[in-house]
Amino acid sequence: MTVKVMHRLLALIMTVIMFASINVNTAQAADDGYPTTYTYNYDYWGDVRESADAYRVDQVIYGAELGLETLMKKPQSMFVRNRDVYVCDTNNNRILHLTRSEDNVFSLVRIIDTIQGCEPATFNQPYDVYVDESENIYVADTYNGRVVMVDKDLNFIQDYTKPSDATFDQSLSFMPAKLVVDVSGRVFVLATNVNKGLVKFEADGSFTGFVGANKVTYNFFDYIWKMYFSTKEQRAQQESFVPTEYANIYMDKDSFIYATNTTFDEYDLLWDAAQPIRRLNGIGNDILIKNDRYPPIGDLYWIEASVTLGPSKLVDITVLDENEIYVALDQTRGRLFGYDSQGIMLWAFGTTGNSDGTFNSAIAIDHMGNDLLVLDQNEGSITVFTPTEYGNLIYDASAAYLKGDYDGSAEKWEDVLKMNANYNLAFIGIGRALMRQEHFVEAMEYFEMAHDRENYGRAFRLYRKIWVEENILWMVIVLVAVMIIPLVRRSIKKMRMEVEAYERNQVSK
Amino acid sequence: MSATKSLSKSSARKDKWNRYVESMKYAKYVLFHPFDGFWDLVHEKRGTIAAATTYLVLFLITRIVQLLFTNFQFINAPLQYINIFEQAASLLLPFLILCLGNWCLTTLFDGKGRFSDIYMAMCYALVPYTLIQLPLVFVSNIIAADEAAFYTVLMSFSSAWCVALVFVGLMQVHDYTPGKTFIFLIVTVVAALVIIFLLLVFFSLLGDAATYFISLYREIAFRLY
Repeated sequence: MTVKVMHRLLALIMTVIMFASINVNTAQAADDGYPTTYTYNYDYWGDVRESADAYRVDQVIYGAELGLETLMKKPQSMFVRNRDVYVCDTNNNRILHLTRSEDNVFSLVRIIDTIQGCEPATFNQPYDVYVDESENIYVADTYNGRVVMVDKDLNFIQDYTKPSDATFDQSLSFMPAKLVVDVSGRVFVLATNVNKGLVKFEADGSFTGFVGANKVTYNFFDYIWKMYFSTKEQRAQQESFVPTEYANIYMDKDSFIYATNTTFDEYDLLWDAAQPIRRLNGIGNDILIKNDRYPPIGDLYWIEASVTLGPSKLVDITVLDENEIYVALDQTRGRLFGYDSQGIMLWAFGTTGNSDGTFNSAIAIDHMGNDLLVLDQNEGSITVFTPTEYGNLIYDASAAYLKGDYDGSAEKWEDVLKMNANYNLAFIGIGRALMRQEHFVEAMEYFEMAHDRENYGRAFRLYRKIWVEENILWMVIVLVAVMIIPLVRRSIKKMRMEVEAYERNQVSK
Repeated sequence: MSATKSLSKSSARKDKWNRYVESMKYAKYVLFHPFDGFWDLVHEKRGTIAAATTYLVLFLITRIVQLLFTNFQFINAPLQYINIFEQAASLLLPFLILCLGNWCLTTLFDGKGRFSDIYMAMCYALVPYTLIQLPLVFVSNIIAADEAAFYTVLMSFSSAWCVALVFVGLMQVHDYTPGKTFIFLIVTVVAALVIIFLLLVFFSLLGDAATYFISLYREIAFRLY
């Protein structure tokens, strides 16, 4: 009987302790209820390092708040020009034109669902929208098989339809899914079922070929199997090795196209053969700079809380205006990844969920200044993120460095380190400033902390040069001593032996 | 009487010491004349187990010094995770298992070497690694990453030298032809894997047996209580 009571008492004590510890844990979580890993980065070893938040939710905009009678239905794309936001409300066959006022309120300007001067005058499931400098609107009117260009008053200017060229497979219907327009009015269209690359139209609407085809990838064993162990009929049944289509495209201010890719063999990511993010130049080659230890592929680990989610599915990308920092959007985890122009990850944040700052099915991202706007296709919402003090410091520091203000940049990086002592870029930034001030030993320390071999080597060689110049006298003395002392010793030995031999001779005489 | 005895004892100790020093010095001959060197090492009793063990320990020390003190430009050693005893064991155990595997096979296929001979030859074959890579640890701290050509060439050279010495050593120890040595080198790896498998099975069975008896004891204790 007493034993039983003891057990009960023990159990009670245990539960109390457990609850107490749980309370301690919740107290440690951030005030807004996010786990502390909302924002993180990877260190040199590929370990997740939690960090301060680079972005915070400014507001989340739903259709109802904008006064829409029918809410957004599967919106697929979003475009930001200055303070105007154009949302492709795909399943409602319309484009929403919103604007952000000076006091940070988003309001509906107009609903674009009919255009003047062409047939058909309405859209059929438009998948993308682009607005150029002079506010001409380009709409990828997917199920009408055209890209239509209208001026800001919605008067028809011209359209880009299925090319009648022989290089375009005439049996396919032309379904433009994404488009970008460069400064001279050339239109690049990512069309469904077209795997030769982006369809390129000149400003006058003529088709001039394909740009930036994805390379054909196939598995070696698949190839052997197909070529040597399959009959002709089987071969016809199997899918053929064709290049895959891109998932999304974005044009930066220098007219380079950033493309993301979501169909690849996930193990190709490990040796950077998949290249989910590309920067295409005029002839379609990938010129993305990758100077980090890990290529820009989103998350390095594909298992979260023992659930295998697979690699990041980067469905959209945007490039900030001033510093070539690009942000990719992972649909699987509802996560944003920021990379600088050197391909080094600045931060990653976001998750799936129902609260503000989490996503159900994120589909598009764009930026307004340094603010980020993310469109969720299932929620029909736009989440607006603004950089925190920490995020702004990172931007300011890299901007100062790009401007040539190295000392100013180092000061900013010092402040970043106060908020996140695991930030490699900050160590490198401070190291560079120290190197310019000729504090080589300190610079080397910083570079070593960031595992930056290249800069370490640079600082080290300068330091070694100075060290050798200062100590050359001692080095020469030691070297000479090492060479001369044995010589002297040998000659002394020889002389002594000669003397002894002489003495012996004398004695024997 | 006792004085002479202690004298002879101390002279025997001195002899032993001299033999040890001689066998240590003999490594130099083995390095540059491997065919003669390994033959005499084993068949003319020029080597000692003590010297061989010394070289093995030096090799392990080299590995650890390398991990700890090579400049970060040349090595990816996550120092926060490194346990030097674990590192040493992860080199020592495969080494011994390979020696054992080689011995198991070659005794069956008229190899002349005893286990101690194989162990000695393998240990002496590791000397170039210590000899070259230990100084390279220092060198790595006075060169920059883009001057690494010299460093990497020496690194691979020392490893190639070791491999060549292992090959010649086993050939001479067992009095095999080169072809046979080559085949037995490959088969030795298989044998080592088999040994590792057997060890794993043994220990997991041992664990199972232990749990069985522990639970049996518990069951009986409960019944009696």
